[in-house]
Amino acid sequence: MANTGTKRTFRHREVGLTDDEAVQMYATMLMARRYDERALLLQRAGKINFHISGIGQEAAQVAAAFALDRENDWFLPYYRDYGFVLAVGMTLRELMLSLFAKEEDPNSAGRQMPGHFGCKRLRIVTGSSPVTTQVPHAVGIAYALKLKRQPYVSFVTFGEGSSNQGDFHEGCNFAGVHKLPVIFMCENNQYAISVPISRQVAGRICDRAVGYGFPGVRVDGNDPLEVYKAVKEARERAVAGEGPTLIEAVMYRLSPHSTSDNDLAYRSKEEVEEHRAKDGLPRYRQYLIDCGLWNEELDRSLDANIRQMLDEATEYADKAPYPSPESIMHHVYAGDAKGGR
Amino acid sequence: MAVMHYIDAIRLAMEEEMTRDEDVFVLGEDVGYKGGVFTTTKGLLEKFGPERVLDTPLAESVIAGAAIGAAMYGLKPIAEMQYADFIFPATNQIISEAAKIRYRSASDWTCPVVIRAPIGGGVFGGLYHSQSVESVFFGTPGLKIVAPYTAYDAKGLLKAAVRDPDPVLYFEHKKCYRLVSGEVPEDDYIVPIGKANVLREGDDITVIGYSLPLHFAMQAAEDLEAEGISSHILDLRTLQPLDKEAILEAVRRTGKVLIVHEDNKTGGVGAEVAAIIAEELLYELDAPIMRLCGPDVPAMPIHAPGEKHFMLNREKLRDAMRQLALY
Repeated sequence: MANTGTKRTFRHREVGLTDDEAVQMYATMLMARRYDERALLLQRAGKINFHISGIGQEAAQVAAAFALDRENDWFLPYYRDYGFVLAVGMTLRELMLSLFAKEEDPNSAGRQMPGHFGCKRLRIVTGSSPVTTQVPHAVGIAYALKLKRQPYVSFVTFGEGSSNQGDFHEGCNFAGVHKLPVIFMCENNQYAISVPISRQVAGRICDRAVGYGFPGVRVDGNDPLEVYKAVKEARERAVAGEGPTLIEAVMYRLSPHSTSDNDLAYRSKEEVEEHRAKDGLPRYRQYLIDCGLWNEELDRSLDANIRQMLDEATEYADKAPYPSPESIMHHVYAGDAKGGR
Repeated sequence: MAVMHYIDAIRLAMEEEMTRDEDVFVLGEDVGYKGGVFTTTKGLLEKFGPERVLDTPLAESVIAGAAIGAAMYGLKPIAEMQYADFIFPATNQIISEAAKIRYRSASDWTCPVVIRAPIGGGVFGGLYHSQSVESVFFGTPGLKIVAPYTAYDAKGLLKAAVRDPDPVLYFEHKKCYRLVSGEVPEDDYIVPIGKANVLREGDDITVIGYSLPLHFAMQAAEDLEAEGISSHILDLRTLQPLDKEAILEAVRRTGKVLIVHEDNKTGGVGAEVAAIIAEELLYELDAPIMRLCGPDVPAMPIHAPGEKHFMLNREKLRDAMRQLALY
């Protein structure tokens, strides 16, 4: 990634990112990483019940968000996409409110597990736990965008395990037939809980797009600039009416599946360490340092700033009220008590 | 006021709603150029174009799932399952998604989708073109379920479903399509979801049901009138939420109740109706609650004797109603 020579041709500028955006991307990745680490600590300390981690996937998540129209596009992230939702406007406080399952949580008012995002204000479409159901939703939203002649796209992520579900295939096929403005991004983190990629798929996930009549590309998910470029090109294709793109971002899930998982039961410490060395976050930091856009002092300052925001968010969420017990009766249908926001 | 078939009333409802609101569109297998395998959507493509009358790939989960996505965007999709028997690949989308979108987002997101599916037998459809699937979805809070019997209700309930802010399953009986006809106003009206309707007033026995079996109940009531038996018939119209007050009122009127549906007996909607009656007015009954339903077999066969044996008809209704009256 390092640049040499007197006339510097920065990769981020080549793909269309300003210096400021390139730095913002890093700041968002680090924020996601620190949030994730804090959530894990809070679970271990018994403050919260459950956390599902996205560590090792932030580089691709944040880069993808920066390549989209964050004011107008529609987003269907999956449950590890902390980096993505932070990049499109969710706050640490909002994530913490979800983690603590408090009433003020904008994702679900404390009803869903953390990582089950949803926020109409940010066009983050509410998601569930049965994997891949969001893919047909993204296709339907893309159809609506096309019907309404809107120059925007829907963007949906999912794991490589999800690429085996019927909803993935049905959704891709529908989108291919109707050339819909939707971007499918598979965050291939090599594991569906304990089942490795070798026991999930025989071919390459990106190649599945061929069967549906649109391009599939594989990118290094640890290289945010490569992901940014791929998503940006996919978006241009989509708004030009050329249809969907499947992007397979190859990465590695550095954390166990969730706080309820012992990953050493199915993979070795050595394997995890080998991939930790390829972690996109420190690599991208080094890239920015090499570009002269970042340094250790700025990094310490950013980290301290994030830590303070996390402390405040944690304290706020911890003290925030739970929903009332009776509130479980609300929002079944329109017009229920407190129905509608 | 025009007299029209049940199927024409369904088509008219879609046409009116699509004319009224450009956010309404229909999607499903063969709904476009063919106009539906039963002709339910015939003529809509010519009037509204292929974007709003969308022929989809043969894949039910994405028919439902894409409709759910479009509904969350703010459109009003009417998704068609060609036969209710084929709704099962979409069950995850309907139960895990449509039913829970409002709830899981505390009304931040809503899912005003309509899913139409033809239910029922009597058309030599065999196991997989004849099923009644209501009980699979019944008891899933977050869903509304309607099942019209009259042509008037077929139009009014579909229009209400399109305008409803929550997901509605609209189960139309394929045997009713051309067997049932009636007066249908050509102006704009809706039949409110959640309200049952008294089809016939009487004093000796009460029959509660929905969809096609009510046709036979009405015929049987005529027969029994000649025998001096007066029947009170309640059409549930909406299966979820059930119109509890109307059920209790209808039962109070006679003290004797027969519950009928074509869906099989065990775990059917009738079991819940019976439980409501037992909870609320067991001691006002003059006879045990009686049910007449499809038998507990996986589905009806295509051979004529078997299908006839499975299906309810005028004679079966007459016998059951007479038996109840004489209790």
